[in-house]
Amino acid sequence: MAAAPVVALASDTLIDAHAVDYLLIAIYFAFVLGIGVLASRRVSDSVDFFLSGRSLPAWVTGLAFISANLGAVEIMGMSANGAQFGLPSVHYFWIGAIPAMLFLGVVMMPFYYGSKVRSVPEFMRRRFGPGAHLVNALSFAIAQLLIAGINLYLLGSIVHALLGWPLWIALIVAAAIVLSYITLGGLRAAIYNEVLQFFVIVASLAPLTLLGLHRIGGWSGLEDKIRSAASAHPGDIAPASQQLNSWPGDALTGFSSSFLSVVGIVFGLGFVLSFGYWTTNFVEVQRAMASDSISSARKTPIIGSFPKMFIPFITIVPGMIAAVLVKEIADVKAGGSVPGGASGKGVAFNDALIYLMRDVLPNGLLGLAITGLLAAFMAGMAANISAFNTVLSYDLVQTYVIKDREDSWYLRIGRWATVAATVIAIFTAGLASNFSNIMNYLQTLFGFFNAPLFATFILGMFWKRMTATAGWVGLVAGTLSAVTVAFLSEDAFGSASLGVLNLSGQGASFVAASTAFVVDIVLSVIVSYATRPKTHEELVGLVYSETPREDLVDAAEATYPWYRRTVPLACVSLVLVIILNFLF
Amino acid sequence: MAQSKKTAGFFDIRNVIGALMAVYGVILILMGIFADKEGSKTGDVNANLWAGIVLLIVGIIFLAWAWIRPVVVDEEVVAEARAEDDHHDVR
Repeated sequence: MAAAPVVALASDTLIDAHAVDYLLIAIYFAFVLGIGVLASRRVSDSVDFFLSGRSLPAWVTGLAFISANLGAVEIMGMSANGAQFGLPSVHYFWIGAIPAMLFLGVVMMPFYYGSKVRSVPEFMRRRFGPGAHLVNALSFAIAQLLIAGINLYLLGSIVHALLGWPLWIALIVAAAIVLSYITLGGLRAAIYNEVLQFFVIVASLAPLTLLGLHRIGGWSGLEDKIRSAASAHPGDIAPASQQLNSWPGDALTGFSSSFLSVVGIVFGLGFVLSFGYWTTNFVEVQRAMASDSISSARKTPIIGSFPKMFIPFITIVPGMIAAVLVKEIADVKAGGSVPGGASGKGVAFNDALIYLMRDVLPNGLLGLAITGLLAAFMAGMAANISAFNTVLSYDLVQTYVIKDREDSWYLRIGRWATVAATVIAIFTAGLASNFSNIMNYLQTLFGFFNAPLFATFILGMFWKRMTATAGWVGLVAGTLSAVTVAFLSEDAFGSASLGVLNLSGQGASFVAASTAFVVDIVLSVIVSYATRPKTHEELVGLVYSETPREDLVDAAEATYPWYRRTVPLACVSLVLVIILNFLF
Repeated sequence: MAQSKKTAGFFDIRNVIGALMAVYGVILILMGIFADKEGSKTGDVNANLWAGIVLLIVGIIFLAWAWIRPVVVDEEVVAEARAEDDHHDVR
């Protein structure tokens, strides 16, 4: 049955899928929707709907935590980054994720879990009052719509690659799929589906990487090919030494000085962007909140950090392989332009993984890989949209517009918000399609939204003097300064950037994020001294020094063996990631 | 409460993972044995067969784990969680 292509258009599609590949996809969706239908029978109220009860073991929430982030960012963005820049992309994992995830588990999680907030904006409201809350809720909602657009664009590009439909039809179909997934599933199912999706993705990307390496002659073969490609096109391809060593990563940041590049990676990416993303991103934090105890909630990101540190080997490495093994990607890297590609607008680095799948995987494994990608983008977008509807219905509508309705009314608003967000995402997907490397766009967005939020958050959490006015002033000024830097840079906004500052590539977003952070902190401190702080009683559970120590730890945890305790696990993770940094 | 005890088996994620991996494993093994090996793509490795075998083993491990150590539904914890949810709802 595998011999005959089922799609009549197969000859002009990018991927030639057979019946067996569609069978594998269908089985996955049968599982996912089956769980969704079963789970939805138990959904009784909005707490169930959004937080799914606190009943899951830490290994499940830990994998869901990673999986919720294993969408656009990791798979396509990182393989695109691997194809374009090589090994320095690992900084997004070993510098740009692990330390922040450990910090989230050890320091921040007790506040979230203990205060039972349903969203980061809710935390802002209780710490700073309505000003900061409103600013944050609005910017968070917008950010989720934009990021949902990235996921939808990638989902649509897979549909396009499979069936050859024009991108805009593919986008609408993909949006309809996501909408039905959310409607049938609810978040209880989403957490389960994310774990399932994690295994499917690993099961498809690991063979892809191994087969790719086998085809190219192992790691040394890959190094040789990258060296010869770099010396054949010195103007267009970064020197091989920069692609094959993670530090200092000049090509990634676009900085001419190695010293500044290291500073940019450590402060911009490693501190501001990554701490901002991991500690304040409720799409992530919500996963940990669904666990069965404060100890499990703290361990969620730490358990997640172990698979996370090895994911670059199945995302970045395939990207690097694609850049030398796949003719189309190699041509693009050498400065050429190749028509076609998953977007239909020409081959881009974003397509690295799809092309490698086409060239390396036999039918069967190909279906598994397509399933993994579809699942990841679908779940990624569903997570964005569910975060959006929580914030819209509770943080915006219930707080500022219509206050005193019963829970079911807000739940209904949430459902309409889901539909609206899906439709809007079709348009934000159009924005995302303008970027050849989706990672540039994503990091720019994080600089706007997460960097100032992190600054306000961290200052408010550790400095009890910080006032309500300082909260919103800092957020607004931080975001505006990041937007300004992006406009002045060469390409952070694509063609809209003015090019006044000599910044390009992902270095521009590192600088924008760092600027936002510094501006936010400085202004917050100045404004705090000019305004009146909140009283001690108002800050219990919200500021570190004002919260009783026993509220922040799980009494039972001391009785667990070391491998089930938060801090020892975090130390093991940290040591592993330091070793990885020395190896590559 | 009775309901959550009854459905815990369905919802044990280990069963779901195990079943999916095992089904995929079997399909890929069959592909590896009967279908075109497509050696020009894979560099003459029977990729479907090997991936299928690994998936089947992983699937069986998950199913066995769930079977040997089933989730014990702690009635007290369920009641506590329900009460907490109810409390939250009153707001």
